[in-house]
Amino acid sequence: MALDRGLTGCPICDQVVRVDEEHGRRELRCPRCGGTLHARKTASIGLTWALVCTALVFYVPANVLPITRVVSLGMVQEDTILSGVFYFLQTGSWYIALVIFVASIFVPLLKLVLLILLLVSVQRGSRWRPRDRTRLYRITETVGRWSMVDIYVVTILVALVNFGFLANVDAGPAAVFFAAVVIITILAARSFDPRLIWDQVESRQALQGSPGEDADRE
Amino acid sequence: MPSHLASSRDSLVICHECDLLQRIPSAAAGSRVTCARCGNLLHRHVPDSIERALALSIAGLVLLAVANLLPFIDLSIGGAEAHTTLSTGVQALWQEGKWFLATLVLFTCIVAPLIQLSLMVYVFLPLRAGFVPALARPALRAIHHLREWNMVEVFMLGILVAAVKLAKMATIVPGIAMWSFMGMIFIIAGALASIDRQVVWNRLENLS
Repeated sequence: MALDRGLTGCPICDQVVRVDEEHGRRELRCPRCGGTLHARKTASIGLTWALVCTALVFYVPANVLPITRVVSLGMVQEDTILSGVFYFLQTGSWYIALVIFVASIFVPLLKLVLLILLLVSVQRGSRWRPRDRTRLYRITETVGRWSMVDIYVVTILVALVNFGFLANVDAGPAAVFFAAVVIITILAARSFDPRLIWDQVESRQALQGSPGEDADRE
Repeated sequence: MPSHLASSRDSLVICHECDLLQRIPSAAAGSRVTCARCGNLLHRHVPDSIERALALSIAGLVLLAVANLLPFIDLSIGGAEAHTTLSTGVQALWQEGKWFLATLVLFTCIVAPLIQLSLMVYVFLPLRAGFVPALARPALRAIHHLREWNMVEVFMLGILVAAVKLAKMATIVPGIAMWSFMGMIFIIAGALASIDRQVVWNRLENLS
């Protein structure tokens, strides 16, 4: 661990910076780029839990309430995310149904489940497959943005289908909840600190008398 | 005050994901260095980093301007026609009172890429010419922080889905702006990938 040697890496410019004794009590700034440094992200576990729980709560109205409201010749049709998936399945566009299902339903749930798994494993001091858990964390960071696709579809439909009484698409109340879920899960993934996974591994190794050596490579 | 490491600071790197301190070899062009312990990408060496990032971000700005100014998608159902630009959806959402959604779409698809491209030109043009512009460091930090909020490639997928949804009942004609926007997605991804942190920050340090 770099921190054991009193060092931390700047996430923005990769500068190696010495962390002094009272780090955490005041803000540490990178001498090269001026960015804020965190030897470990502040209150990572508590903040991530809070964001994950908020996202779980918002996930319910996002899926239950209608995301689009189509008015055509006085007929009103309201669609939820799931009924949109079924619409595409019935009309034969199964690949679009798959895109919407994966992006809007599967990815947000996957992210939340993975984050909970990571949080619990870190809190229990698990040494289980740190490399794979880091990989899982990387997945939560990468896939989250693709959930925004449904929000963009709604935006484009609202823009294009705007013929008043003839045909009109409005965004439903679920759109706001769903956008909130996407943003909150992105923030949750960002507030989790994957270095905590490795802290556990190294502290156990130290107890067992085989300290994790920092690698030198040529 | 935190101090720089005096010796061979350019080749010492700390993994952001597992906190392993390691010495990385001076990379060959285009080569990737991954963390010895967790496999995280530590560094990608880009030849002519600043020149590439500059050229691509200028091209990206031109394409983004075209994408915003010219017709984006035209649609016709029966006799009715709709002409939209990139920001029509944002305006419509705003008028519906969905200001949160409108702001989010505007920021992730237009404002974030615009700021990133502008700041890259603002920083890299002077760096190439041999001086450091005012506020170069906050500008580079902003480019870094905006990465996850620039979602233009997701927007493109949204256009495809919406097009398939409407194709059954309407005729959809993509305009020049849409092709321009698609080009911009690849260009901005290339511009951001061209930023070689070592090269950029070393150049900045040497010049100032």
